[in-house]
Amino acid sequence: MSIIVRQDKCTGCETCVDSCPFDAIEMRDGRAFINEYCNACTTCLPVCPEGAIIETEPAASDSARKFADYKDVLVFAEQREGRVAPVSLELLGAGRRLADELGSQLLAVLLGADESEAGELVKWGADRVYLCSDPVFGKFNDDTYAGALLRIIEEQKPSIVLAGATPVGRSFIPRVAARLRTGLTADCTSLEIDGETGNLVQIRPAFGGNIMASILCPDYRPQMATVRPRVMKRGQYDAGRTGEIIHTDFKDLNSRTKVVETVKEVSEVSVNLHEADIIVSGGRGAGGEKGFKILRELAEALGGAVGASRAAVDEGWIPYSHQVGQTGKTVNPKIYFACGISGAVQHLVGMQSSDIIIAVNKNPDAPIFNVATYGIVGDMFEIVPMLTAKIKELKGQQ
Amino acid sequence: MNIIVCIKQVPDTAEIKINPETNTLMREGVPSIINPFDLHALEAAVRIKEDLGARVTALTMGPPQAESSLREAISMGADDAVLLSDRAFAGSDTWATSYALAGAIRKLGADIVFCGKQAIDGDTAQVGPETAEFLDIPHVSYVRNIEWIRDNTIRVQRLMDEGYDVVESPLPVLLTVVKELNQPRMPSLKGKMAAKKAQIRMMGKADIEADEDSLGLKGSPTKVKSIFAPETKAGRMMIEGGPEEQVDILIKELRKIKCL
Ligand SMILES: Cc1cc2nc3c(=O)[nH]c(=O)nc-3n(C[C@H](O)[C@H](O)[C@H](O)COP(=O)(O)OP(=O)(O)OC[C@H]3O[C@@H](n4cnc5c(N)ncnc54)[C@H](O)[C@@H]3O)c2cc1C
Repeated sequence: MSIIVRQDKCTGCETCVDSCPFDAIEMRDGRAFINEYCNACTTCLPVCPEGAIIETEPAASDSARKFADYKDVLVFAEQREGRVAPVSLELLGAGRRLADELGSQLLAVLLGADESEAGELVKWGADRVYLCSDPVFGKFNDDTYAGALLRIIEEQKPSIVLAGATPVGRSFIPRVAARLRTGLTADCTSLEIDGETGNLVQIRPAFGGNIMASILCPDYRPQMATVRPRVMKRGQYDAGRTGEIIHTDFKDLNSRTKVVETVKEVSEVSVNLHEADIIVSGGRGAGGEKGFKILRELAEALGGAVGASRAAVDEGWIPYSHQVGQTGKTVNPKIYFACGISGAVQHLVGMQSSDIIIAVNKNPDAPIFNVATYGIVGDMFEIVPMLTAKIKELKGQQ
Repeated sequence: MNIIVCIKQVPDTAEIKINPETNTLMREGVPSIINPFDLHALEAAVRIKEDLGARVTALTMGPPQAESSLREAISMGADDAVLLSDRAFAGSDTWATSYALAGAIRKLGADIVFCGKQAIDGDTAQVGPETAEFLDIPHVSYVRNIEWIRDNTIRVQRLMDEGYDVVESPLPVLLTVVKELNQPRMPSLKGKMAAKKAQIRMMGKADIEADEDSLGLKGSPTKVKSIFAPETKAGRMMIEGGPEEQVDILIKELRKIKCL
């Protein structure tokens, strides 16, 4: 399949040039020309007012037949200190939905946890759990994790493999995809089955969150994706649900790397930003440690975590581990308070998928208001303590 | 010791937007820069060179104009620069990019390969680990500190969600780095002179002994089918009034949607 410009129809209007995510359209002799950087993504087709850009061969849609062996949906269920991580339950929710749509089974792989945790995965929707309780998986090493998952994928031949886009998933899953010679879509925010082809349609942000891309892996199996935490909905928990737990052993796996120590950096509010329902963040407008003290009080009143923009971290008011944004963490809590944060795009990309954004800023023109669900033009030193007091009062009544 | 630093030339994404009406990227006049994480990777390599002695090679795969990024890398302390460029590489996803980079690295030879944590355009963070797999060497992601290198072993700190792991690996190893690792230096005058004069080594598909079917668009299992603007949040509301009134309205709104 390739994309061409019908030179008889092209008027040289240049509309298509900027539509290309790959910079593959250039003007030659007053006409659009598709160069070798074309990815055949078809984004430019509907853009042309003349209908001059066409696909020479339609995409093959026989992948369902070609990959008849590859059926199930497999989820890598990450654990932390032996407990199933929240992202794993979200993956099971998404995986269950996809498996039902495909009429296939939902498999889960759990490394370094015990049988009761595997049972939880069943109650959250898995049909079959491949469990290995070997303490070797208590520490994260890419070689052992990749080796174990690879072996189960090769045996079970799933059609779809999902893992969390966490430090663990984003580190070792690419090794698995490389070895399997298949595609891996990073950090997905939506997964659907294409009704016609049965292929997995994977949506993800790119260009620092400025664009969304829809990605397919039509010619290789399994179709692999890492999924951004806190985006997918958990499924139904059913305490009576039964499934199969298969004990698996990987005695001969070796790791070249060795974790010699695991250090927890517990800050005053040690809630993990990735898992908090509510995040209260401060920026340059917080003015110093004093500003963060009042933000922390609001966070505590709400049972949330404290975040920060890069400006506040660079000033040394709060450690880097709290930083939200392009060079920090990507978060998507239910409520995100942005206090004294101007809203540079580098910060926005780390938080704009939060369900509700509340912005407090003195400057009515601050770009943060463009993404805010609720905007308050005002002084955070006035607004935030008042809010904290009223919330405490409310909670006291309940 | 030989160190290779993989750098990617990227558009400054802070300045790229999509026009929601036409669904087109607005990138006119957006400057090309070295991927910010890769500057930290380069700095780490140059510091190892200063401490222990090493030869640092900057490697990029990209179109001919990526040469300017390589010269910039030399001005910051790289000794050599390699431009992996071939029409056959065009349209590569992370699988095909890593395949080609690994081919070049194998030819060049390296004890340590540095990558950035992720590129700010593609944003996948996959090229580092995939390249390590193709090279059949270990890797450590999110390196925030290098504690020591001795006896063919390196000890680093790997940033995790709730702290960090101290990880040891034998060499050769591939490391992907985060920004806390260091503060990249500014180019020196001497560096800028060297950058001007430097010979950039060119490599194409023949130089990496690649399997043709594994290159570029043809070799890439993922296909970008379309791009579009992110949804903007509906129901935006500016809360007016004095501070107390604003707080009361906010609380009322949050209770209405059962968030309090
Ligand atoms: C909108 C969009 C979405 C995409 N989504 C996916 C996807 O989900 N899966 C996929 O496989 N591909 C995807 N691609 C293709 C991918 O962007 C390219 O393959 C790109 O060349 C490498 O990926 P990256 O930019 O994400 O790099 P990353 O993997 O984020 O880069 C990490 C590090 O690898 C090194 N590196 C990366 N590229 C190069 C290079 N060319 N030369 C030297 N060093 C390099 C750098 O050190 C860099 O810091 C997408 C492309 C677009 C335009």
